[in-house]
Amino acid sequence: MLGTLRSIWNVFLHLWHKKETVQYPEEKPYLPPRWRGRIILSRDADGGERCVACYLCAVACPVDCISLQATEDEHGRRYPEFFRINFSRCIFCGFCEEACPTYAIQLTPDFEMAEYKRENLVYEKEDLLISGPGKYPDYNFYNVAGTSIAGKDKGEAENERPPVDIRSLMP
Amino acid sequence: MNVLIGIIVPLGILFSVLTVAAGLIWLERRLLAFWQDRYGPNRVGAYGLLQPLADAIKLMFKEDWVPPFSDKPVFILAPIVIVITVVLAFAVIPFAPGIVVIDLNVGLLFFLGMSSLGVYSVVLGGWASNSKYSLLGGLRASAQMLSYEVFMGISVMGVVMMAGSFNLGDIIEAQRIGWFWIPQFFGMVIFIIAGLAETRRLPFDLPEAESELVAGFHTEYSGMKFGLFFVGEYIGITLVSAMIVTLYFGGWLGPFLPPIVWFTIKTFLFICGFILLRAAMPRPRYDQLMSYGWKILLPIAMANLLITGALLLRAM
Ligand code: SF4
Ligand code: SF4
Repeated sequence: MLGTLRSIWNVFLHLWHKKETVQYPEEKPYLPPRWRGRIILSRDADGGERCVACYLCAVACPVDCISLQATEDEHGRRYPEFFRINFSRCIFCGFCEEACPTYAIQLTPDFEMAEYKRENLVYEKEDLLISGPGKYPDYNFYNVAGTSIAGKDKGEAENERPPVDIRSLMP
Repeated sequence: MNVLIGIIVPLGILFSVLTVAAGLIWLERRLLAFWQDRYGPNRVGAYGLLQPLADAIKLMFKEDWVPPFSDKPVFILAPIVIVITVVLAFAVIPFAPGIVVIDLNVGLLFFLGMSSLGVYSVVLGGWASNSKYSLLGGLRASAQMLSYEVFMGISVMGVVMMAGSFNLGDIIEAQRIGWFWIPQFFGMVIFIIAGLAETRRLPFDLPEAESELVAGFHTEYSGMKFGLFFVGEYIGITLVSAMIVTLYFGGWLGPFLPPIVWFTIKTFLFICGFILLRAAMPRPRYDQLMSYGWKILLPIAMANLLITGALLLRAM
């Protein structure tokens, strides 16, 4: 009986407790930097597209909502011809970001992407591509990868020695 | 002149009762939210005050579905019964000297009768829905009313003996020497508990019991028929609060302020109390409810009646 009365009193005191509610549209919640929200495609520090159209993200995606088509530029550098993410299916699991070898695809702290039409949730490459490097400002895949592209031959990457001429007898 | 008052007073009371019932929807949601560290509805109008209006519009435009398997006439009649009985019971409540619809000399009995009739609504609604959850809800409602009605009647008899009248106005006048909640403390506690059970509010909402019976007796109801059950419940809370104030807390009596203001303030406090109980108490099991009623409350009510009678006889 006393316990009941005490619990009634304690509940009454909650009138003056701080409210848990976040008054959302006026008051934005804090989202940590690694929060998994709207997906973007980033660029290198020098402005080149990072994505090499390797399809790893599309394979990793558990709901198959990424679709892209690889193509090559005149120097043989791969890039996606189109890159499409269907956000009405995406579950924001972040597997695509984990799978990406070039840090091209990244999830950002933004969830305000409601639409009146479902088709508008399909984002094309121009909607996804941003002008900056995203979460990894200094990373450039071709600066650490061994392949040669236009303007960088084999052996010119960071921490890389010039290739050994296997036909020469000189040490 | 008298005819005019005879028209204005009932219409005024009807209007204010229905307004209060609508306002209570907002009040209850806000207060419950505060007691759960939330804000509750605060978007529609200032402080969310227009929320009942939005709710009403929504209910009006919902599909008013009568299940094909139901007993149609009874199904449609049931929600009307509850609203009519609680509103009729307001006819005998004296809000202030002269502001009462009918000054019945058996006012208290009229109230008891009307509140017992109200249960027909729940039972018939549960029966006519022709669904097992509704029927269980209706069954529970009838059993709960049967047992709690008994000592509700017995508990108020102490007041009747002290006031020497069934007329609610006379009962309030008799409290000029001292409000009845002090000499009738146990009677008051039991009346409040029985009143809670009468309105089927938490912790006595077993006929509804969302977590067990979907929505109990109104599982099959939708649209404004469902709305009527709710309006009935909220008017019921107001009615029981007004009765508690009338019987035990001196009705309109109080210093300085006009009588009607005193009556409103006191009733409002009890309504908030009902909402607080809902926020704080769990729902008992069905057998607990029954044994609590018959084994604890009934004997206390009886003892209260006996002792009051004995003391009054001695004083005479
Ligand atoms: S976050 Fe998950 S579901 Fe969304 S695109 Fe990436 S892998 Fe697919
Ligand atoms: S976003 Fe990354 S994982 Fe996906 S295709 Fe481009 S480079 Fe490969």
